[in-house]
Amino acid sequence: MGNFPTTVKHCLSYEELIQDYPWLARWLQEEKRALTHEYPEYVKIVEVGPRDGLQNEKEMVPTGVKIQLIDMLSETGLPVIEATSFVSSKWVPQMADHTEVLQAIHRSSHVRYPVLTPNMHGFQDAVAAGATEVAVFGSASETFSRKNINCSIDESILRFEEVICTAKQRQIPVRGYVSCALGCPYEGPIESTKVAEVVKRLYELGCYEVSLGDTIGVGTPGSMAKMLHSVKKEVPSSALAVHCHDTYGQALANILTALQMGICTVDSSVAGLGGCPYAQGASGNVSTEDVLYMLHGMGIKTGVDLSKVIEAGDFICKALNRKTNSKVAQARGDYSVHCRMKKINT
Amino acid sequence: FSFFNISPVQWLVQVGASAGKALPQRVKIVEVGPRDGLQNEKTLVPTEVKIHLIDMLSEAGLPVIEATSFVSPEWVPQMADQVEVMKGINRRPGVSYPVLTPNLKGFQAAVKAGAAEVAIFGAASELFSKKNINCSVDESLQRFEEVTKAAKEAGVRVRGYVSCVLGCPYEGQVSPDKVAQVAKRLYSMGCYEISLGDTIGVGTPGGMAELLEAVSREVPVDALAVHCHDTYGQALANILIALQMGISVVDSSVAGLGGCPYAQGASGNVATEDVVYMLHGLGIQTGVDLPKLMDAGAFICRSLNRKTSSKVAQATCKL
Repeated sequence: MGNFPTTVKHCLSYEELIQDYPWLARWLQEEKRALTHEYPEYVKIVEVGPRDGLQNEKEMVPTGVKIQLIDMLSETGLPVIEATSFVSSKWVPQMADHTEVLQAIHRSSHVRYPVLTPNMHGFQDAVAAGATEVAVFGSASETFSRKNINCSIDESILRFEEVICTAKQRQIPVRGYVSCALGCPYEGPIESTKVAEVVKRLYELGCYEVSLGDTIGVGTPGSMAKMLHSVKKEVPSSALAVHCHDTYGQALANILTALQMGICTVDSSVAGLGGCPYAQGASGNVSTEDVLYMLHGMGIKTGVDLSKVIEAGDFICKALNRKTNSKVAQARGDYSVHCRMKKINT
Repeated sequence: FSFFNISPVQWLVQVGASAGKALPQRVKIVEVGPRDGLQNEKTLVPTEVKIHLIDMLSEAGLPVIEATSFVSPEWVPQMADQVEVMKGINRRPGVSYPVLTPNLKGFQAAVKAGAAEVAIFGAASELFSKKNINCSVDESLQRFEEVTKAAKEAGVRVRGYVSCVLGCPYEGQVSPDKVAQVAKRLYSMGCYEISLGDTIGVGTPGGMAELLEAVSREVPVDALAVHCHDTYGQALANILIALQMGISVVDSSVAGLGGCPYAQGASGNVATEDVVYMLHGLGIQTGVDLPKLMDAGAFICRSLNRKTSSKVAQATCKL
């Protein structure tokens, strides 16, 4: 060791090095920050429980319950709550009361209430009912598009173009969704370049934001990273959101990956409402409570009060006579543990 | 000033911290279902069922399967058949079957029953140590030193566990430095690997990163493992962060066996199936055959008359 300078010998004992050069600890922290992941300071949560969640629940939910759920969610600090869907009640009976729901909810000035509009007819009904934001649903898989909405991807985009143009004229923002972004129940794996193509088309048509849906929850951090890498080449991260399903338990890991890649909008569903129509008995949407727990634990702001979301989740689960899918809600059921744990994460 | 063709800054950063590494190519799964899992299940499981479960897990390609625990049956009735299980299992070559040994007496009984590897359990929280094993952290470490000494003489490997690394049901917050101290002592005593347990599953990726940073300054990252509980749904995200920080050993439990004794009705261990699904999706090798693993999970759930906690097992949609 005779030829080694003092620094090297010191480096063999990190503690001694820091003792002799106290400024080094701070400098190393700064350099390390440059090499480690940067996370967004704020993440916008888009709550899809009342629409995507309830739409996929077997039990028919009375209109009064839907309204109360949305009103409770409006008090939690959630900035966006997808209220209902203006699809034909023939196809989606759960959403037959769309007009009633939209007109009866108490709209908080801090919250946006987008509604689904699959076509011009739905859009016109939505506007007549007082909608101030709408959403359109594309797919990255041809087969899924045909099976789900009975037309090709191209045909569906033409349909949405009409909606988006009209919405633009009325200054109504439009959110785009792309399903099967990480896999399709019919086609299997989906090329990330195909996803990017569809996202780009929706964005260029005028969607202010495009939500990338892992419709059957098969994605893992690797496929999420690959897909986002392709999509980010075409659309800025600030206009992207992730909509992860937890069917295979991968949602939070996938969301974490998305955050590491600069995404700062996450869709989720209170109590993890909404099973997967393609996997019998399996779960679907990721729970808002579990997402919030992770974000808050990481010091990321959301503006949302977790305990109020848990209350809203409790309410809807009682009404649906089902257990919550949220692990946080299940764990917090034990009040005594909850008290001590408040010291760690709220 | 330039060593090994990297800049001084990069070199110093590598000395001081481990961050931003590429994911490991291979991850060793330590299957704790038969011990940690069953120990926390209310239903008492017949010995033959335990043996069959372990044999199925061996066939699934798991490299390490925690078989049983040599604690007093008075405290843990589920593990009363410890000797029978050790003698009854079909030991696959290349697979390790560690057993828990809380003290010298347990260690001696384990070796007599044919154990070739043992595990000892420390805690990073004083209150948890007192409530769980009725002594302080220091006292427990002294007890374990007896075990590690005897193990060295007998040529038996010892794995160390540290519980409450990201939070304690009694103390709340736990300092990463305290965890690092306990891990360091276990490592210096002779434990070849230290498993860091988020006992109540309260940890999140930020806390996990901070913890691993502190611990990896005292114990080489190759000798560390993570044992994440999924009580708050955070396990896979925490495991992902750990992988990103150079960890390549992950504990998990088939079918997510083992609830959380501190939160009624809540889940505990992360499900091996869900971990393997993520790792394989990331292109990381584990040597595990997922369909065979799922068979083992289905078997034990039928025997326990309970639903699986694994989401992968619940999903019937096949891609």
